[in-house]
Amino acid sequence: MNIPQELRYTKEHEWVLADDGVLVVGVTDFAQAELGDIVYVELPSIGTRLAAGETFGNVESVKSVSDLYCPVAGVVADINTRLGDSPELVNSDPYGEGWMVRLEPENPADLEGLLGPEEYSDYIGAEAE
Amino acid sequence: MASGALMKTPLHDRHVAAGARMADFAGFDMPISYDGILAEHRRVREAAGLFDVSHMGEAEVRGAAAHAFLDFLLTNDVSAVPPHHAQYTLMLNRQGGVIDDLILYRLQDRYLLVVNAANVAKDFEWIGSHLAKDVDFRNVSDRTALLAWQGPKAAAILDPLVGADLSAVPSFGIVETRLEGIAVILARTGYTGEDGFEIFVDPARAAQVWDRLLEAGAPHGAGPAGLGARDTLRLEKQYRLYGQDMDETVSALEAGLGWTVKLDKGDFLGRDALLAQREAGIPRATIGLLVTEPGRHIPRAGCVVMADGREVGEVTSGTFSPSREEGIALARVPKEFAAKGDLTIRIRNRDVAVKRVKKSFV
Repeated sequence: MNIPQELRYTKEHEWVLADDGVLVVGVTDFAQAELGDIVYVELPSIGTRLAAGETFGNVESVKSVSDLYCPVAGVVADINTRLGDSPELVNSDPYGEGWMVRLEPENPADLEGLLGPEEYSDYIGAEAE
Repeated sequence: MASGALMKTPLHDRHVAAGARMADFAGFDMPISYDGILAEHRRVREAAGLFDVSHMGEAEVRGAAAHAFLDFLLTNDVSAVPPHHAQYTLMLNRQGGVIDDLILYRLQDRYLLVVNAANVAKDFEWIGSHLAKDVDFRNVSDRTALLAWQGPKAAAILDPLVGADLSAVPSFGIVETRLEGIAVILARTGYTGEDGFEIFVDPARAAQVWDRLLEAGAPHGAGPAGLGARDTLRLEKQYRLYGQDMDETVSALEAGLGWTVKLDKGDFLGRDALLAQREAGIPRATIGLLVTEPGRHIPRAGCVVMADGREVGEVTSGTFSPSREEGIALARVPKEFAAKGDLTIRIRNRDVAVKRVKKSFV
């Protein structure tokens, strides 16, 4: 299971990358593997204001549907429009081309409240048992 | 059920070695997918896919009264099944509700019933409680491995491996032969809507047959397929799944399986109830619904079907159709809504337009 060191994580299996003041958000390798073939990703409009923990979209695979939860409070600055035609990018490259939204955080320090890579690794290890 | 208590098929090691995603299905640790449901689905529609369905239950029925007994037990006409042919049929309770759907295989000297894995115990108890004189009934599930080899190239790949001419085997035909020395029963049946064979084999030889078919099929684009693809394949053809699209509270006629019910063949379990229902009017219908609204809206089992702004029915099976790349569903609605043109399905708080599609989505 790929869990990059430079990212922060949530218990809802999102990853967050701090990129020059903006946060890039997607779902983890673990999440895409659990979901299986992803066929649809619903994302919010640019400019949407989201609270921490708020649902901001969903991911549908052949078998199931999962909500996406906003890791920290902020405003949607950009969305990955390529996922409209190519939702499978979430499966093939969850930490790269499968990114979902860019978020302007209300409070950049909120990032510190998320899980580090080791904590997330322990968390999914426990969940798998 | 704790994972330690799950049963394993004779091919379990093969699935694990292939890296399959495994899950509990009817008490068995079964492969849901190997390299992705979409790839496996396409494999079956375009080349061939190999399924392990050894979790299903098998029973043998023999004896002088076997034919009469099966005609009383099952809805379809057993007289219409010549030796070495198979028939899709139902077993009903006295209220006309579906205890199980199954395939009856008639061999030279016996009948074979193949039933849903989740229903083995209740089916065989029901059958046991109605057993007649001169009928020998035996649960052979533990002595039978069952593989489904399905797809347009399935027959051509299998033919050179077996001692029979498969072009002489019609749909629903059966041949007892050898596959590279291993005794097998091949039946031209399946649950995918594609041509193909179901292969009955001694559990001790099942892995050899599995390996041989995958090896022979690989150059043709064939490969393994899991229960996830099995579900999308059957739903595209509107084949009912027991426990979702019908159960003991749904009559055979409501399930849309009247074609398997031969009310004129003589008495059978559930017949009186179905005759009464036909007389009084069949209350509900099972219909195929295709999402017509743009955007990938995917109905799921349990979604509500709406008409005129109110809830009228429920999706019993729903998925993304890999062939159509659209949402598809089977739903149960009151009869008067079955032909209505403006049904919607409530998917995640949104009423999504659908249209009725009869018989098959593909």
